[in-house]
Amino acid sequence: MNAETGFATAHDSPVLFDETHRMLRDQIRRFVAAEITPHGDAWEAAGAIPRDLIRKMGDLGFLGIRYPEAIGGSEMDERATVIWAEELGRSTYSGVAISALVHTDMASIHIFNAGTEAQKEKWLPKCVTGETLTAIAVSEPGAGSDVKGISTRARRDGDDWVLNGAKLYITNGVNADLYCVAAKTDPEARPSQSVTMFVVEKDTPGFTVSRALDKHGWRCSDTAELSFVDARVPAANMLGAQGRGFYEIMKNFQNERLVIGAMAMGESQAALELTVAYLKERKAFGAPLWEKQAIRQRLAMLAARVEACRQMIYSTAARAAGGEDVVREVSMIKALAGELVNEVMYDCVQFHGGMGFMRESTIERMSRDARVQSIGGGATEVMLEEVAKRM
Amino acid sequence: MKVLVPVKRVIDYNVKVRVKGDGSGVDLANVKMSMNPFDEIACEAAIRMKESGAVEEVIAVSIGVKQAQETLRTALAMGCDRAILIVATDDVHTDIEPLAVAKLLKAVVDAEEPGLVICGKQAIDNDMNATGQMLSALLGWSQATFASKIDIDGDHATVKREVDGGMQSIKVKMPAVISVDLRLNEPRYASLPNIMKAKKKPLDEKTPEDYGVDVSPRLEVVKTAEPPERDAGIIVKSVDELLDKLKNEAGVI
Ligand SMILES: Cc1cc2nc3c(=O)[nH]c(=O)nc-3n(C[C@H](O)[C@H](O)[C@H](O)COP(=O)(O)OP(=O)(O)OC[C@H]3O[C@@H](n4cnc5c(N)ncnc54)[C@H](O)[C@@H]3O)c2cc1C
Ligand SMILES: Cc1cc2nc3c(=O)[nH]c(=O)nc-3n(C[C@H](O)[C@H](O)[C@H](O)COP(=O)(O)OP(=O)(O)OC[C@H]3O[C@@H](n4cnc5c(N)ncnc54)[C@H](O)[C@@H]3O)c2cc1C
Repeated sequence: MNAETGFATAHDSPVLFDETHRMLRDQIRRFVAAEITPHGDAWEAAGAIPRDLIRKMGDLGFLGIRYPEAIGGSEMDERATVIWAEELGRSTYSGVAISALVHTDMASIHIFNAGTEAQKEKWLPKCVTGETLTAIAVSEPGAGSDVKGISTRARRDGDDWVLNGAKLYITNGVNADLYCVAAKTDPEARPSQSVTMFVVEKDTPGFTVSRALDKHGWRCSDTAELSFVDARVPAANMLGAQGRGFYEIMKNFQNERLVIGAMAMGESQAALELTVAYLKERKAFGAPLWEKQAIRQRLAMLAARVEACRQMIYSTAARAAGGEDVVREVSMIKALAGELVNEVMYDCVQFHGGMGFMRESTIERMSRDARVQSIGGGATEVMLEEVAKRM
Repeated sequence: MKVLVPVKRVIDYNVKVRVKGDGSGVDLANVKMSMNPFDEIACEAAIRMKESGAVEEVIAVSIGVKQAQETLRTALAMGCDRAILIVATDDVHTDIEPLAVAKLLKAVVDAEEPGLVICGKQAIDNDMNATGQMLSALLGWSQATFASKIDIDGDHATVKREVDGGMQSIKVKMPAVISVDLRLNEPRYASLPNIMKAKKKPLDEKTPEDYGVDVSPRLEVVKTAEPPERDAGIIVKSVDELLDKLKNEAGVI
């Protein structure tokens, strides 16, 4: 950018973002520096983030970015969501990022998108304040990529639905209060019309958290296996129309993939920044390692690719906000950002030398955290099929 | 009572400052700018006074480039009621000098008639530490600088000041100009709903001509240079070694 405007980079550029966006980004950065960075290591060791953190995010309005003003939201669009996700990714604690982002953009959003007025009134205000934490339960031991292949069953019984089955890899699974659960209501119907979403409250009899999962990365994000044994859910907890669940899930994937892409891009950016800083300090063969062209050109190329990814995320967010269909682009973004962040981490670990292999280094944690970005929320291969279908 | 809070748009405190190649100043191209941290503290102090019922209205004023509008929006999002932007230059590298700023602020005070001005003790770009003092002189008001505690009681204010020797408590007559130090408070976040509300708060744009003030520079910047690089320190093993080095290497004792 230039001296005239005094805007630093693409994420400040007035072409892409307005004053409100920049102020939001500033506040999130300050929040990350004051409330996340100093405590992240302790949360990684504990395997969870404190609920108080989610409440603080609620106090600052971060949990209601897209929701109506009437319930404490700010009615902003995809561009603001992308800022939220990118800055949380930049925190370097992706486990914190995913806990918050699952709540705001993957779970509670189902209530917002498909819920009736009564359902929204009942559940959303506390999602915005952070009093309620939400989870999304689609994946199962027997079906992940193949959403239509789930086998959790919901059977109608009087005024209730009775759920039986298991869910696996559920983020916030241990600590959530509300779960948006996908189940088969019409196993005989066409697979795409057999799935329905339900809101299941934590204390529902027959619903239990079977176990907390021990993960390679995202250690401070709690991930669970869930069990439903004759779990009775009132009919009023059905989200959207019966048999429309698959479409609801697919619809929100658009937002979800953009968000995960933005988070991965933020992680990439942070990893490059801290690696460059390390290399400018670290001396070998009589000079800072940053002087080695073999190193800095590799990082410069990665920086160029991350920037390209960033620009695609920003422009796709703006187009999505304008109501355009960007399914192809968000699938590309999820595939691209999920793979790129792993390439970035590989090189950043490499250029940290032995330190990159040590638990005490930030890059070591980040490299573990990044691994899931090409798997969770739609694996790269599945994303590429979505792209290929549209070629 | 109204309170006036001047806020300045400065280089963000996280940014590593670089000197321009020709030594004419600090490079502000490609650089993130934010509200001067001491001014955030001043805003917080004024907003708390409003919340306690002691103050009716908090007005934020900024003098500089048009983009300082964004800094004022932040002040509004924190809780100031309205803002005045005096566009005094269109070049981000031009710093309006303290005397010109103080004259403009005096003109704003004359127009708005606040009972109190709360400002930062200095701006972190040039660290001049002059505007508040100059303003109080121009207005003929009391001044209390480096405040770490402020109590307004009728026509007096009791201010605890951070001075070299520790703390000093002074009582000044109102109206007054108070400049604030780091430990007065911890400024609040601008929550997202408040950022949205700030968009609707009034922000008037003015020029120095509107107030009849000449802002042309009176000071000449001869040269701006990076501080000399310091060599890394060493850790000595014992007092004897320290004494030896002070005597034989540094030659200071
Ligand atoms: C830490 C973590 C948190 C998660 N959080 C949640 C959550 O909150 N809620 C939730 O519902 N789920 C969650 N998931 C599940 C996640 O969405 C799935 O892991 C993901 O969709 C992949 O499904 P799967 O694990 O069953 O792998 P599979 O579907 O078994 O796939 C295995 C491999 O085969 C590939 N593959 C699959 N189909 C094809 C194809 N058609 N062509 C080519 N290759 C293919 C995949 O790309 C993958 O590499 C989480 C997962 C993890 C690891
Ligand atoms: C688990 C583990 C066990 C180990 N065990 C032993 C042991 O038993 N005994 C022992 O003595 N050491 C041991 N090491 C140290 C290991 O040999 C060093 O980590 C390795 O030689 C790299 O040195 P470094 O970590 O100082 O990285 P650095 O030398 O700082 O290098 C950092 C990065 O810069 C790159 N780089 C350096 N110079 C150049 C150049 N000229 N041009 C381009 N790129 C360059 C490197 O390839 C690397 O990617 C161990 C390391 C680990 C991680």
